[in-house]
Amino acid sequence: MRIFIVLLKKEFTKIRRDSFLPKLILSFPILIMLISPMLATMDVRNVNVAVVDLDHSTTSHRIISHIKASNYFSLVGATSEFNPAMEGLEEGKVDVIVQIPDHFERDMAVSTPEKISITANAVNATKGSMGTQYVIQTIASALVELRNEKAPNQVSELITVQNRFNPTLNYRHYMIPALMIIIFILICGFLPALSIVEEKEVGTIEQINVSPVSRFTFTLSKLIPYWIIGIFVLIAAMFVAHLVYGLIPAGSFWVILLGTILFILTISGFSLTAANFSDTMQQIMFILFFFIMIFILMSGLLTPIDSMPKWAQILTYGLPPRYFVDILRSVYLKGTTLSELWQNFVALASFALLFNILASVTYRKQA
Amino acid sequence: MRNSFLSFVKKESLHILRDKVTMLIVMLIPVVLIVLFGFAISTEVNNVNVAVVAPERTDGVKDAVDRIAHNDYFTFCGYIEPSQIDHELRSGKVSAVIVFSSDFDRRLEQVSTGLPSTPIIQLVVDASNVNTAGASTAYLQEILLGTASLQAMFDTRMLFNPQMKSAYNFVPGIMGLIVILVCAMMTSVSIVREKEVGTMEVLLVSPVRPTKIIFAKMIPYFVISCVVLIIILLLSYYLLNVPMSGGVWGIFSVSLLYVLLSLSLGLLVSIVAKTQVMALLISAMVMMMPMMLLSGMLFPIENSPKFFQVLSNIIPARWYVEAIRKMMIQGSPFLAVWKEFTILLGMTITFLGVSLIKFNDKLE
Repeated sequence: MRIFIVLLKKEFTKIRRDSFLPKLILSFPILIMLISPMLATMDVRNVNVAVVDLDHSTTSHRIISHIKASNYFSLVGATSEFNPAMEGLEEGKVDVIVQIPDHFERDMAVSTPEKISITANAVNATKGSMGTQYVIQTIASALVELRNEKAPNQVSELITVQNRFNPTLNYRHYMIPALMIIIFILICGFLPALSIVEEKEVGTIEQINVSPVSRFTFTLSKLIPYWIIGIFVLIAAMFVAHLVYGLIPAGSFWVILLGTILFILTISGFSLTAANFSDTMQQIMFILFFFIMIFILMSGLLTPIDSMPKWAQILTYGLPPRYFVDILRSVYLKGTTLSELWQNFVALASFALLFNILASVTYRKQA
Repeated sequence: MRNSFLSFVKKESLHILRDKVTMLIVMLIPVVLIVLFGFAISTEVNNVNVAVVAPERTDGVKDAVDRIAHNDYFTFCGYIEPSQIDHELRSGKVSAVIVFSSDFDRRLEQVSTGLPSTPIIQLVVDASNVNTAGASTAYLQEILLGTASLQAMFDTRMLFNPQMKSAYNFVPGIMGLIVILVCAMMTSVSIVREKEVGTMEVLLVSPVRPTKIIFAKMIPYFVISCVVLIIILLLSYYLLNVPMSGGVWGIFSVSLLYVLLSLSLGLLVSIVAKTQVMALLISAMVMMMPMMLLSGMLFPIENSPKFFQVLSNIIPARWYVEAIRKMMIQGSPFLAVWKEFTILLGMTITFLGVSLIKFNDKLE
């Protein structure tokens, strides 16, 4: 026990005396939490719309003014010719072109008019399709408004929509839990492994190897500082989310804490296991980089798992962050309870156990 | 003098080639990641789980449910009771619930004859994922109302990417992210490792000029990166079917410049950093976030606040992703990206210049 405390002290002193690590550990999470929610938004806004108005009627003017008023769009031009608008689209100045056909208003009064044509730049598939949907909704609301002015008694909304859990459709609230997870992955993934491999490369690990310290004690002394740092990161991140972005978890803090502890155990255990298989710092960084990129891009943090092809969805069951993404997002936004998420917790706990056992088993005292 | 430079390059190459494990990893990582992400990452709204609440399962309701069950976007998960709505949404089993009003059939008929009506369907949507919620609401309205819907009045066309493949959008972004990080990680240890181990002293007392030391260190990494680059481009074309209609040589030369830029950036980090740990953490972890958030690879830059839009101009990945998107997907020729090319060139020269100055400073 005394050996263990001495080792732990050594690790903390090492981190504290480093010229770079304390700054990184303190500022990285806070900066990421402050800035990235503003940047990590796939919310479709500022879609540049050009209207080609061939009708020149009250209806078409109403449509144009609705597009102008919407905060999703910026109207970049209303012309009566298609070609200039198309050139704008090719140059990237226009995202969506709306063409209102000739005699649209007249035909609509008597029968079905010619269709309004919408042309979108779909290089960015999300922006193309969502932008088109928003344009359709905006025009529809303009048409409904006109119809209601003529026949005020008619209720035209046949479908009402209730947006649960995030009624203001704030994309930042969706991303904040994900950004927290990215910070956990980066800090608890990269740092513990580097600290072991550095000792290997510099040669100080020899001294541990000839000492009576058991490999279990040694591994634990390398891990515990990062568990504590992980908890600090959680609290700092939750503070920033609350103070700056007004996001308070809808569910219990204790469920979040439990999930975070299990996740930190998993990632740091994984990191040490990888460290046991590499000899140079460059090597371990490349190996970790490979897995961390997969963790960040494929566990549903940035893009939904449901959108992936089937084989990739099956693959994600082997990625521990997948379960934590589910836990943190549901608890934070929907107030989901522990009993509703027990499968995720069991999966995460098994990963934590697996990687930590692997980390101490694969550590070899012989070179 | 020329000879000493060549032998120096040879020494560095042997140094790198002898570490077979690292070599293998460096070659494999970008290739595996780009193929994996190219296939897997997508933002298309798919497989949305839907449950239905219906007081009476009349023909009209069954017909509507049938249409949803046969739609590719939605998976019908059965009928539930109104009291279960909250639980089903919260546990994430379904993402949307369609609530039909009682007396649905009669009221639907009223609507079709043009009579006014109160709402007949309520959609309760899990809006925690904003984009999925928005898209599924729009699709559901279209399916449920069919021709009665206003959606039938529009004729839409998706240019450049008619099948709405997300890969088209993501491949340039992922290339931009992975190439710069992997290249920077390669060179970021080159100088600082010699400092840490102590062999730097030996190099400095040798007759080789400092400038040559730096170039000699970059050349082997540059060759490796070129091989990786060629593999990536071949895979994107043949495996991911990214069009590359703007001309292969244009894409290749911009990418080559980008590789050079990334290696110089790593070199700069290596000269500034005090330890290998610091150099690696800067080039992998610290740089990853701005490259991911400000390059436009996933998140459109025009969505971010003005200040960050201006800031994104100094992110090299942003210019590269923009140029590659234009050439790969929109099919613009090399001439159309001269601006991006010039900016990347300027950045490369700056990084190299600052590296040389800093390196010389340290020596004195």
